[in-house]
Amino acid sequence: MAKDGAGAAGGMTDAAARPPLVRFEAVTKRFGGVAAVNNLSLDIGAGEFFGLLGPSGCGKSTLLRMLAGFETPDEGRILLDGRDIAAMPPHLRPVNMMFQSYALFPHLTVAGNVAFGLKQEHLSRPEIERRVAEMLALVQLHDLGGRKPHQLSGGQRQRVALARALVKRPKVFLLDEPLAALDKKLRAETQFELMALQEKLGLSFIVVTHDQEEAMTMADRIGVMSQGRLAQVGTAAEIYEQPATRWVAEFIGDVNLLEGTVSEAAGEAVTVTTSAGTLRATSPGAVAPGQSVAVAIRPEKFHISAEQPAGEAGNGLAGEVTDVGYLGDMSLYKVKLDTGIVVKAASVNVTRLLQRPIGWNQRVWLTFAPDAAVVLTS
Amino acid sequence: MPQTGLTQTRWGRRLVIALPYLWLALFFILPFLIVLKLSLSQTAMAQPPYLPVLDLAAGWQGLKDFIGALSFENYRFLFSDMLYVGAYLRSLSIALVSTVLLALLGLPVAYAVARAPRRWQPLLITAVILPFWTAFLIRIYAWINILQREGLLNDLLMALRIIDQPVAWLASDTAVYIGIVYSYLPFMVLPVYAALEKMDESLLEAAADLGCPRWKTFWLVTLPLALPGIFAGALLCFIPIVGEFVIPDLLGGSQSVMIGQTLWTEFFSNKDWPVASALAVMLFALLLIPIVIYQRLQTRELEGR
Ligand SMILES: Nc1ncnc2c1ncn2[C@@H]1O[C@H](COP(=O)(O)OP(=O)(O)OP(=O)(O)O)[C@@H](O)[C@H]1O
Ligand SMILES: [Mg+2]
Repeated sequence: MAKDGAGAAGGMTDAAARPPLVRFEAVTKRFGGVAAVNNLSLDIGAGEFFGLLGPSGCGKSTLLRMLAGFETPDEGRILLDGRDIAAMPPHLRPVNMMFQSYALFPHLTVAGNVAFGLKQEHLSRPEIERRVAEMLALVQLHDLGGRKPHQLSGGQRQRVALARALVKRPKVFLLDEPLAALDKKLRAETQFELMALQEKLGLSFIVVTHDQEEAMTMADRIGVMSQGRLAQVGTAAEIYEQPATRWVAEFIGDVNLLEGTVSEAAGEAVTVTTSAGTLRATSPGAVAPGQSVAVAIRPEKFHISAEQPAGEAGNGLAGEVTDVGYLGDMSLYKVKLDTGIVVKAASVNVTRLLQRPIGWNQRVWLTFAPDAAVVLTS
Repeated sequence: MPQTGLTQTRWGRRLVIALPYLWLALFFILPFLIVLKLSLSQTAMAQPPYLPVLDLAAGWQGLKDFIGALSFENYRFLFSDMLYVGAYLRSLSIALVSTVLLALLGLPVAYAVARAPRRWQPLLITAVILPFWTAFLIRIYAWINILQREGLLNDLLMALRIIDQPVAWLASDTAVYIGIVYSYLPFMVLPVYAALEKMDESLLEAAADLGCPRWKTFWLVTLPLALPGIFAGALLCFIPIVGEFVIPDLLGGSQSVMIGQTLWTEFFSNKDWPVASALAVMLFALLLIPIVIYQRLQTRELEGR
């Protein structure tokens, strides 16, 4: 459902219900004839934490840079608080960006970097000093104010970049892959710090990332971008549980896509004849019998068992385990179904490995609830 | 045997380290000591044209006599004659003014090159150093041609009706400044360009993002980051300009001379090797300060600021 307009594809959360602070209206940006951002529309509410997710080169940075004023759209409009900002030069926009490379001024100290933006506002000296100190305390850099950027660790530099942009109290705070340079643990910590900050300051955050886990952890809503367009906008749960397209389903997390045709449709409950058998699934949109669709099932939605389930033979698939991956908290199985199709299934390791009953070449049965499988039409 | 191998590497390493020192000793310290000794000698109508000469055959007594005959007389003479002090001061002031002019001219040139599209930059840098392909002396003679009474400059200015009488450009300080700025410009442009080229473009975007208009970004970000380059370029120009000989000799007037010319006159016309040597030693002492500053700057640059 690559429909444009956040309202159409977006999830109906509180944030989306607020009046939009930022509105992209059919924005297109081309580089040498190739569209980096293609006829994209999106609304972002005040106080919203919006995550922009997508593969490399899909136009995420370009979208942010247009909002910051470093690129001009070839078509469409960008509205901030209801006003077209096309004519507004970057230094006058109430938008601040944290750069992917941090872009700290090497000749200025930490405090000097943070004060830089405030000095442009012609505030009084004591006022600047107070706000710089306050901001440095917030990002826990108060004893490092006199250092130069090259004397800091990567994580500290990232905090300076954060403080420097935040101290301006922008209406919209743009973060282009803010945590890409951090190790996993620091990253998780910083993610929560960012969320706490956003809550505290009540600003709108737009965070670009190509780490889906990061987007899902932090954002109120996520926009999944593909080749300059928004493939889907919604909450993390919506995007994960109800992907709009095959592409989104495959981009976010692991998924099994079983192609087939609709044989019966009664409202949301749909029966699909696939090469793996006849499956009962749920369709968020209307489908008609005979329509070719895909049934998307996340690996963890399968219940895997070594014995044939008793009772009604509903959504049951039989096969043989061809591969087992032990990940600590869970195990991943590759199961070759009797119909020849290979699917992925995951199960949480509640018991210890030694007692785990399922191993290589074992015959298993996979079952799933009809509402755990989603019908995708595009 | 591994033992020998290790010893060999150690000796090899020492040799590698010693080579530059040997080079310096042979071609810098030794000549300097000779000049220093000469500056403490007296002129003589002899061959060589100075006294004392160390008589090795006279042994210990000879050495004593030799040292006893050395004196600071030449230095006292230099300071007593306003001709020399004036030449020093003129050299310093010409070098200073030229360096400022070079910085004012070199910065925009370097900035323009650094901001030009990437693929043009090598070509533009080549254009900056292109004059080096022609002999220095020939280029200065070309300037004589341009600046003389019936030269290109006067023709042009008269054609444009800016002047109606030819101006005597040659044999003036203006001509010296033109010659110096022209000759040394690449030495200013290259280090400034190097500093600007290293600069991350996103810093300019960051400045704009933080509310800084473009013209102000130049002062607050670009210029401070170019400063090490400007400083390096300034010293790279200032030091040799103080001792410049060819340009003031060919383009300058005879009434105002630089220290290089004084030195030349003492050495070749007056055949006063000791006074010429004392002048050279004084020049060196004068330049020692900027040279040391330059050295420390380079070290700091290498250490990454
Ligand atoms: N200044 C530019 N000139 C030409 N092409 C550009 C320019 N900036 C971006 N592009 C192109 O536009 C497309 C989108 O780039 P963009 O930087 O927005 O991607 P991205 O989604 O941020 O990717 P990544 O995750 O790798 O940062 C890419 O194909 C890129 O090559
Ligand atoms: Mg990017």
